[in-house]
This record gives sequence, C-alpha cells and structure tokens, in this order.
Amino acid sequence: MKSVPEDRAELLFEIGCEEIPAGMLPKAETELKTLLEKYLGADGLLAGASVETFSGPRRLTASVSGLRLRQSDVVKEVTGPPRSVAYDHVGAPTRAAVSFAEKQGVSLDQISFISTPKGEYLAVRQMIHGRAASEILAQILPRVIHDLSWPRSMSWKGLSDVRFIRPIRWLVAVFDGKPLRFTYGDLTAGDTTSGHRFLGAAKIRVRHFKDYETRLRHNGVIVRPAERRSKIERELAAAAKKAGCRLHPDAALLDLVTYLNEFPTVIQGNFDPAFLDLPDEILITVMRDHQKYSALEKKTGELAPHFLAVINLAKDPMGLVRAGHERVLGARFADARFFWQSDQKCRLGDILPRLERVTYESRLGSYLDKVERLRSLARWFAEQWFNLGISEAHVADADRAAELAKCDLATEMVREFPELQGIVGGLYARAQGESAVVADAVYDHYLPASLEDPSPRNLIGCAVALADKLDAVAGCFAVGIIPTGSSDPFALRRAAQGIVKIILDRKLTVSLSLSLMAAGKALHSYPPKIALPKGKEAQILEFILDRARFFFRERLGFAYDEVNAVFRAGADDLIDAQKRLEALRSIRKSRNFEPLAVSFKRIRKILEKADGLAVERQGIKTDLFEHPAERDLYSAVREAAAKVHGKKRAGHYREALEVIAGLRPAVDRFFEDVLVMAEDEAVRKNRLGLLAELLQEFSTIADFSEIGGEGAW
Amino acid sequence: MKVKVKLESSASRSHSAKKQQGLTFQDLILKLSEFWGKRGCVLQQPYDVEVGAGTMHPETFLRVLGRAPYRVAYVQPSRRPADGRYGENPNRLYKHMQFQVVLKPSPADIQDIYLKSLEALGIRLSEHDIRFEEDNWESPTLGAWGIGWQVLLDGLEITQFTYFQQCGGIDLDPISVELTYGLERIAAFLQGVESVFDLRWSQDKRYGEIRLAEEQQLSTYSFDLSDAKAIRAELELYEKEAKNLLEGFSQAKGADRERYPLLGAYDLCLKCSHLFNQLDARGVISTTERAALMARVRSLACKTAAAWVEQREGQSLAQDSEVRA
Repeated sequence: MKSVPEDRAELLFEIGCEEIPAGMLPKAETELKTLLEKYLGADGLLAGASVETFSGPRRLTASVSGLRLRQSDVVKEVTGPPRSVAYDHVGAPTRAAVSFAEKQGVSLDQISFISTPKGEYLAVRQMIHGRAASEILAQILPRVIHDLSWPRSMSWKGLSDVRFIRPIRWLVAVFDGKPLRFTYGDLTAGDTTSGHRFLGAAKIRVRHFKDYETRLRHNGVIVRPAERRSKIERELAAAAKKAGCRLHPDAALLDLVTYLNEFPTVIQGNFDPAFLDLPDEILITVMRDHQKYSALEKKTGELAPHFLAVINLAKDPMGLVRAGHERVLGARFADARFFWQSDQKCRLGDILPRLERVTYESRLGSYLDKVERLRSLARWFAEQWFNLGISEAHVADADRAAELAKCDLATEMVREFPELQGIVGGLYARAQGESAVVADAVYDHYLPASLEDPSPRNLIGCAVALADKLDAVAGCFAVGIIPTGSSDPFALRRAAQGIVKIILDRKLTVSLSLSLMAAGKALHSYPPKIALPKGKEAQILEFILDRARFFFRERLGFAYDEVNAVFRAGADDLIDAQKRLEALRSIRKSRNFEPLAVSFKRIRKILEKADGLAVERQGIKTDLFEHPAERDLYSAVREAAAKVHGKKRAGHYREALEVIAGLRPAVDRFFEDVLVMAEDEAVRKNRLGLLAELLQEFSTIADFSEIGGEGAW
Repeated sequence: MKVKVKLESSASRSHSAKKQQGLTFQDLILKLSEFWGKRGCVLQQPYDVEVGAGTMHPETFLRVLGRAPYRVAYVQPSRRPADGRYGENPNRLYKHMQFQVVLKPSPADIQDIYLKSLEALGIRLSEHDIRFEEDNWESPTLGAWGIGWQVLLDGLEITQFTYFQQCGGIDLDPISVELTYGLERIAAFLQGVESVFDLRWSQDKRYGEIRLAEEQQLSTYSFDLSDAKAIRAELELYEKEAKNLLEGFSQAKGADRERYPLLGAYDLCLKCSHLFNQLDARGVISTTERAALMARVRSLACKTAAAWVEQREGQSLAQDSEVRA
C-alpha cells in the first residue's frame, strides 16, 4: 500500500484529571493504547497509524501519528429477495421489490440482479463514502474514556453523571492541528492543557504532540514516564555517590515515584544517627512504605543516617522541603522507637494469651488456637527430619519458634506496620535472648511470599513455615474456603506454592500425604476441633500438587508431558519426583526413548480397550507362548525388572530408565511378530497379562505413556 | 529545562526557616474560619456529643444526604481512645482537633480553592512539595465511604480530601466534598515544633498547658480504669433506645412524623459509636466481635440516614424554595 503523507495527520489526546493513584497509571497507559487501537481499527483508521501513550499523576496522554484523514470509500452490496418473488410473471415489481428498494433508499431502476447457485436475487450496490477521521474521532474518544477500567471508579458531581478514577477536569483533542469538539459529562474537549500545579501555567494551548511535550516541559511537566524514571535514577545515583553511600535498591519504589511526580527531583535529607539503633528493617519500612524515600547504605552494608526523597518540584533552594521531610521522618522514627520500647515492656512469650482475642478465621478460632496447631505440626516436621538423622531438627526449637511465631500480631509495632509481621517477632525474640535459630525461624516463617522470595534460612524456620501454610490450606478447605479463579481471600494458592518452594529449595524430605494427615490431626485435636474429611484431604493434595506441577514447569523448566508422566507415577515426595524428572529429562533425547514411549502409549490403549489392566499378573503362563518374541520379551522384562528395582532403590533413576529404554528392541519385535488379540482366549489373556506386567513394572518412575503425543508442546 | 539541586546551600538556610514563628493554634482556626466563611460556608460549632471524627457531626453526616446545597465549616474535637498515649508521645493524641469543611455540591475548582486556603495560612505553595496522594476514606460504623487523597506537605499529612460517595448506606447525589484539616499537624508545621505539646495555642499558652491533663487522664481512664462491663451495658441501653426511636418513626404520621426526633436517635447512635471505641481501647473486643459490634452501630446509622431522607422529602419542596429565596 502506498502512503501519501498529505493524507495523514496526527492526533493528540489528553485526559486531564485530579491526581490519579500512581500504582494504577502503568496499566491505564497500556489500556488507553489498546482501546484506541481497537476503535481506530474497527473504523478502518488504524492501518499505517501508530499509537503511543503516556501518563502522569494528572494526565493520560495519547499521540497517534499517521492517521488517515478519511476512511476509504467502499462499495457495499446488499442482497434482497429472489427475483422470482420480487417480480411477477409479466415482469412487474411486487410488494417485495418495492419494499426492498424503499428500505435501501433507492428507486426501482437502481436495482440490479445477481445470480447465485440458488437462483437470481435482487441486489443494490451502493458506494459508501468514507467519513472524515475528525468526525469518527469525536465519536471514538468519549468511548475510550468511558471504557478505561479502574479498580474503583467514582462520581464527582452526581449519580447521573460520568464516572472515572478521579474527577476529569479538562480534555485535549487536537487532530491535524485543529481542536476536535466533543463532550464528555459536562466537559468540552479543546486544545488547552494545564501545566504543573506550582511550576506551570494553568492554561496552555497546544497544536500537536511535539508542541505539547515541549510546552509542558517548560511548564514543569515531563510527559514521558521513561524520561522521568531516568531522571530519578540519575539523580539518585549522583546523590548516593556524593554522600559516599550505596543506594538500597528498590525497583517497586522507583516505579511508584516515577508515576507520583510530574517533575521529579531528588533531594537528600538526614536523620538523627541515634535512630540507627532501631533495626534496619523498621527504618527501611518507615522510609519506603510511609514516606516513599530511598534508604542509603554505607560501603560496609549498614544503613547510613541519610535518605533520598523524590519531590515534585524543580528545586529546593532554601532547604524548606528538605527540612520538612526531615522533621516528618524524625517524628515517624520517634513513633517507631516508642513502639519498640513499649513493646519491650512485655516479653514476646508473655503476649501469647492476648492472641486469644485475635481471630484467625471465625470457624478456625483465634490465633491462640492456631498457635497450638502450629506447635504440634512444627514439632511433627522436626521429628520426621530428626528421625532421618538430621541433627539440627530439634523438636524443642520447632516448638518454641511456633509458640512465638504469631505473638507479634499483638504488638504495637505490627499494629502500626502490619507488613513487618514475622520480622518484628524475630527481632524481638533475638533482642530478648531467644536462640538465633528460634529468632531467625520466627523472622522467616512467612517466607516465601512469592516465587522470587527466598525460603526460610534454617530448618526450624522451614518447619514453622510449612506448618503455618499447611494449616492455612487444610483449615480453610476443611471449613469450605476453597479458592476459585477470581477469589482467594486467604491467599491459599500462595501458601501452597510456598509449601512446594520450601521443600524444593531446601531439598526437604516431606511426605505430602503424611503431613496433611498430621495437619488434619492437629485441626481435630485442638479447639475448635474441626474434622478434615478424607475426601477433602484428597482435594487439598491435588491442590498442592497442582502448584507443584506449575513450579516444576514454570520455575524449573520441565516440559508439560514430563511433569505429567512423573506425577502419574506419584509425587508425594517432591524431591524424589524432582530426581525422577531430571532423569527423565536427561534420557528422553536418547535414541530408544521416544519410540519406547510410543509403544507404552500403544500398550496402554490396547489394555484399556481390552480391559486388560485388571488381568492378574501371576497368570502369565510361559507354556502358552507361541512366538519366540513373546518368550524374549518375557525374559527381557523379568531381567530388566530386577535391575530396575535395584537401581531405583539406590536412587539411580537415570540408570533405571536406561535399562527400561533398553527394552525397546524386544518390545518392537513383540509388536511386529505377535498379534495380541489372539482368537484363543487363554493365549490372548496371557499376552495381555504380559503387557500389563510390563506397564506396571516400569511406570513407577514415570508413566511413559504420557510422554510425547498430544501432551507434548 | 535542567535543574540541579544544590544540597550544601539548602542545608545552611534551613535553620532560618525553623525560626519562623507561624500562626498560633487559635489564629490558625481563625484564618481557616475566615477563609471558608468568605466562601459561603456556614461557620458551625463543634458537636456536643463525643465523636471520632468531624464527619460524624450531623452537619456533615446528615447534610450530605438529599439534594439541598450546603456549605459548612467547623472545628471538631475528635476522640479516638485507642490513639491515646497518656500524653507521652509527641505525635499521638486521645483527642485531636479537626477543621472540617463540607461543600455540596463539590465545585469543579475545589483543589485550587483548597490550595488557596493553605496560602491563606502563609504557606508559599511553590516553595513546598505539596501532593495529593491516594487515600480512600471509609467509616464502617457510619456506612460511609469516599474517594480521595491525603494531602502531603513536605511529606506531612495535613488534610484528608474526600469526595463522599456514600453515607449511611445511601448513594449520594449530588456529591459533596469533605476537607478535614489536621490542625495540630498544620500548626506544628507552621511553628516548626517537634512535639504537639509545645505548640503555641495563644500568644502565651502552650498546647500542653491546655490539653496535657486531658490526654493523661482520659488515656488512663480508657486504657486502665474504664469499667468494660458498665460500658457494654451502656452500649446495650443506648442501642435499644435508638432502635425503639427508629421503630417509632415508621409508625409516626403527619405533623408528628415531620417533627419526629430522628436527631435524638442519631445522638444515641453516636453514643454507641463512642462506647464501642472505649471498649476497643480497653482491648476487650475480639476481631469477630468487633465486626459484629460495628455492624450494629452501622445499622443504626443507616436506618437513621434513611429515615432522615424520608422525613426531609416530606418537607423538601418548602425547604428548596426557602434556599432559593
């Protein structure tokens, strides 16, 4: 397609708002682009055009370049009634012809005929002239504003008026250098935007995007988020260097301040070094979550008594802003110190009884109840590991850590900084002389909160974390709180994912089914004594295994069919499942493997068809063999089975799989020479029995019939 | 436009900024009253029943219902027993002062007017980092919520800025805007003091001299000496009376209905809310019970609001023409 530059023009579109929450802007920016492309596409205006979108606290902006001035003209053909109906035997038009012509707005002589396999029909061909883009845009743009989706919209005038995330205060729409007129609510779009609240003019006329960007820059607004971000990054790095420090990295905070400011500028402030005896975690949380400041670290890794704030101004010549931020941070730190000191009046363990008043879930009792279950379950994990010869798995440590794990929920510090739960408990435990193992376990027991998070650093922490998550999943399922696609209020998916991640990260020997029984027992033994029915247990196990499948695929990169094959052979012990997966992955490229998998698939199909999976294994009678291939396969299976058992017991899955892969020639010959479904019933059953034995014997590492075929992609 | 911050020069000058006197606490109230009085607000007085926030004053809670335009401003001492710190924490108070402004309907330039009010207090806008940061407001006991921000002045929260969406469980139409200035914080900023108790209230009296005893004694009462059993019983009594009153309204007819004391029921509802806060501060409510108690208070608030709207509707024609006149 040839493009004629004069036929193309540019659209500048801006929705001017009161401050939109920063966290919502990146998504809105993307959605604005998608919506514009959708509507421009639907009206045939998108070809050759390109849409770019930007956002900041007070505006969403789109720049569409290369837009055609008009739609193309199109010829439209409308088919009407059959000619035989529309005209009578003398060729006079009937009612059908007249009303078709009326409906299409043409006279009878403008009607033509088209032949189809079904006969001749009336038709009208009309040239539809393309509409002007400006006219279409004036209709599209209000729809785009309307269709932008927000977590929670509002009205600012009244119920019958338009809604948005925050009040819209102006609209800019300029196409081909001329303002587009349309209204939205009681606003009329025009060519006038607004600058930074304090650095710019309130009314600025703009002609096109380039002009808009330049004028806004002179009025204290950097339109492009990427440019704001790089300005912040540059200034943060420079300020850190100047202070002789390292920036405490925080990508989420950088995102946030990029969208919180129209003209971001970094300033450095200081705080009283005396606050540095508060734990770093608390200082950083106060700075980041409450004040959106970046923390600075000394070269030695400890925190420096400075902070970097991103302000929405070009400069702070008199240091007024800096003095204000310093005072606010000082007050926040003083608060935190007050909480720290007042919490130290009571030992963490002595807080325990207060947990009775903190509800965990109405049917699952208080946190005090939960702690009883936690202790029993954490002890159980430690005992399992201790019995396996892991000496650091002290049952007493697990019990103590579980006892203290939830106590910080009743402290002033966690009430003020809920995001520090666990961490505060760990810090207090350490400050109050608990052992490092117990303190670290308390500190870590909410980990991992995401796939990126690490698992608890010590074994006791793992025991408490597993107990905490397993109790959450088991308890919630028991009382009917089961996650759905859209709703998971207790974050059970995350809990199950956490269980899987801890086991695999730390290579822990855990039987999922036995742990679940232990969790069920704890639920039933302590108030409010909830029963976990067997059916629910299976449902929970499947729920956890589903997360495990996901983890193996997405996190460890195993193929879909590999995971299915191994899980069909059982995945109660995830470490063992991982070993089998690794063996499977390493052998599947070998010459014999995939063809053997095809044979296994064939065997499964034959057996399913013949209902032969139920055939008794002992029923194989060597005297019924008619072909040497049967006899050979039989002895190959017996021989391989013995070897495989040995290799498997020793955990040498790769070697075991090699032995199985070695069966390929015998299996191939069997299928070439032998007809399984023999006429003679005894012979047939005997052959089915042989195949059943083969399948069962060699499907305990992985079910090869899952490999390849439809499952693989 | 390229701008670089010079950190050294700013440090030396920040000291002179601290020496500024700033408005006294009472002058701050006078300035805000004057500012909003000039903009058509009725200057009301604090409500005389204990409330946790200026929103609970009938001049907000009831006025935002219905269609009649209204503008009002007042100071509201707000009691939050659980926030008490025996007067030992420089930033936390059992009782703090809010300056409350309600504009119904919300003007299109309300953010600009608000910023002008800060200028009226002597704050030079271009010299400070002033931002509107997402903070939606919700009062579960009032069945009320709104969308808005906290206004930050150099990182300090000075105002809650809310477009009311719902009140007493009723969708509002038109939308009112509510501005709640935290007077202690603003005064501390203007005067450059670290502790609320050091604020100059008047030329020669400090905040602490006037209010410290109250903080100490009311904290001690709420945390240590209040009789939870008695408070529970009082709550039941007030709730019962409020319920009875509200039931009576459904029976009332004619002139009795027009004059029916829904305001009395609302006062009782406020009492319940405060008693609930007292129990909460005493630490005797579990999470589940808390939700249940809040639902009970909310039910009173919502019923009162619905009845109030009904009662007003009977009189709205007359009232609307009065407003126009």
